[in-house]
Amino acid sequence: MDLIGTLLANWPRLLDGTAMTLKLTVTAALISVVITPLLALGRVHAGPVAGGLLRLYVSFVRGTPLLAQLFLVFYGSGQFRPFFQEWGLWGFIREPFNCCVLVLVMYTTAYQAEILRGGIQAVPRGEVEAAQAVGMTYRQILRRVIFPHAVRFAWPGLGNEMIILVKGSALASVVTVFDLMGRSRQIFLHSFDFAIYIWAAAIYLMITACIVLLWRLIELRLARHMHPSSPLPGASP
Amino acid sequence: MFDQFSFGNTGWGDELLSGLGVTVRLAAATLPVGLLIGFGVAQLLMARSFMLRAVGVGYTTLMRGLPEILTLFMVYNGVGLALKSFSQHFAPGGAGFDISPFVAGTTALALVFGAFAAEVIRGGFIAIPRGQIEAGQAIGMSPAQIFWRIKLPQLWRFALPGLGNLWLGLLKDTSLVSIIAVNDLMRMTKVAVGVTKQPFTFYLVACAIYWVLCLFSETALARMERRANRGVARA
Amino acid sequence: MISSPAAKPADRQPELVLKAEDITKSFGAVEVLKGISLQARTHDVISILGASGSGKSTFLRCLNLLETPTSGRLVVHGEEVKLGGDRGPDARHVQRIRARLGMVFQQFNLWSHRTVLENVMEGPVHVKKQKVAEARERAEALLARVGLSQRMDMYPSQLSGGQQQRVAIARALAMEPDAILFDEPTSALDPELVGEVLKVMRDLAEEGRTMIVVTHEMDFARAVSSEVVFLHEGRIAEQGAPDAMFSAPKSEEFARFIAKRH
Repeated sequence: MDLIGTLLANWPRLLDGTAMTLKLTVTAALISVVITPLLALGRVHAGPVAGGLLRLYVSFVRGTPLLAQLFLVFYGSGQFRPFFQEWGLWGFIREPFNCCVLVLVMYTTAYQAEILRGGIQAVPRGEVEAAQAVGMTYRQILRRVIFPHAVRFAWPGLGNEMIILVKGSALASVVTVFDLMGRSRQIFLHSFDFAIYIWAAAIYLMITACIVLLWRLIELRLARHMHPSSPLPGASP
Repeated sequence: MFDQFSFGNTGWGDELLSGLGVTVRLAAATLPVGLLIGFGVAQLLMARSFMLRAVGVGYTTLMRGLPEILTLFMVYNGVGLALKSFSQHFAPGGAGFDISPFVAGTTALALVFGAFAAEVIRGGFIAIPRGQIEAGQAIGMSPAQIFWRIKLPQLWRFALPGLGNLWLGLLKDTSLVSIIAVNDLMRMTKVAVGVTKQPFTFYLVACAIYWVLCLFSETALARMERRANRGVARA
Repeated sequence: MISSPAAKPADRQPELVLKAEDITKSFGAVEVLKGISLQARTHDVISILGASGSGKSTFLRCLNLLETPTSGRLVVHGEEVKLGGDRGPDARHVQRIRARLGMVFQQFNLWSHRTVLENVMEGPVHVKKQKVAEARERAEALLARVGLSQRMDMYPSQLSGGQQQRVAIARALAMEPDAILFDEPTSALDPELVGEVLKVMRDLAEEGRTMIVVTHEMDFARAVSSEVVFLHEGRIAEQGAPDAMFSAPKSEEFARFIAKRH
């Protein structure tokens, strides 16, 4: 097995695949940042009907394979082609990349929302009351008290979800997206060169390692008020 | 529209059911192997020797960091290649033989399951109160007796919730094996879609079957947890 | 099964059950025990007193090798315990020694996955290889003795602390030990539950059991023990008959110690 030779022969395509994997993951992650808090708040506050629907959604996503969800959206949308065409969405949903991002967002937000909900429910009641006592509006309390707390609490769990998102994005290769997995598979089928899988594995591990590192760094910042000896002024409440 | 899901020649019910059977068999075949790997790797993670611990950490990091589908292809294609060069070496020009997709799928799933299970099992061992082990030592139990009679029964209690989650993940991950041509639920659904041209209906049904499988497992696991915790005060 | 009431201390020639000579124990650079010697003969009830951090629990744990002494000599019923230097003692050897010494822990340490009866039967069946029926009969008798006949099929978490500790004592007795070591058996109990455990221990002492008790219960030590050992900073500061020691302490440390408690 010639690792270096394989890399020299294939690096442009590997790079291209890596870029696609990152694009899939980052797009899905950014969209989930907007949706997750809404879902989490919904899980905490929604009435019986909306709450029930949200629970059903979360249970469905968590109870079914990501691959099945992907096929349901990617192939299943074909069954409603006239409907999508009428709404001008056919061009969007036909695109494998869009489908993948859509499914990844559905998938990751369902998990993330549960984690964030745990964070919201862990906010000390007294701090919310203190915010009410100084006359903050509910929006202000959310922004300034509840979410900062909840995110800090949920941070490690959310990091885990990011890694699962990267790994999940590899399924895009099954619906013809040439991400890192798709490219390596393509190269392997032409060359039967196993070394390409090793490079793919190394790159995936590097991506996850970067996420772990980034998450730790941000966690230290988020938790700086926990260290009394923190040199950062004004950081302790 | 329900005739499509009837059994026999006209409907797809029996095909989906046979696919479901394969899915359950895949998961059931993976579980014992995966648990065995998990136990082995957990021992490495708790070993005294730094080298052994490093091997354990390396294994879990690798298997937990790679997409399951990449692991699957590495096992399927890698073992296939190895077998081919092996058979060519002994019988040049022979047809060679391929690894069965079912075996490759089970192996890959077990490798991944084992890595996650190792962490859960290690956590379970650590959670066993030290005093209960000392009480065993104090009446003169051997390390083997302490393992079988005190640690293992209690490990079950501490590791069951984590292992239960892994089982749910495993049930869902079996769907990946459809990609390497195992006739599981996912692949039989695909076949049905190819003929009926009703992808949404059929994939929705497939999803529903996985969902029911998971809900059923959750109920069973909750019952097992209650059994494992009988007599133990809940914190 | 339980020694007959006739076996009063005076009736039998006391023999040496346990001898510890110059036991030391260090954790890293910290020397917790600085050379402690102790002899227990049959029917002895030795109370080990001392402030927290004096090393009394560590010493007790050294006696059945839950901690391996750094140096010293240990003889259990005539058998010399080979401490084995750097490699530590031989495991089989240690198991045999431990089976002859009962241990009652501060935190009871009952096996939470087994019922009360199973906790008591565990050692006789699996270490001493007794027949199950025989072990059950004995276990039931012992549990009746500590007043827990009604709770045999319960799990430890369903019992009060005092009840758990009485089960733990029955568990130790079931091994028919040469001596029982008690490691602060009442310290984890609510005050109102201390009495029931002390009563069982008092009965055992009267029956002529050999006991080594690390405790904070001054009244118990004074009324029940045949000998009191006071540890201070890893050494024996004073040792002797309880009445003499409590009425006229010889060492300054022990005088201060009992003054604080009374």
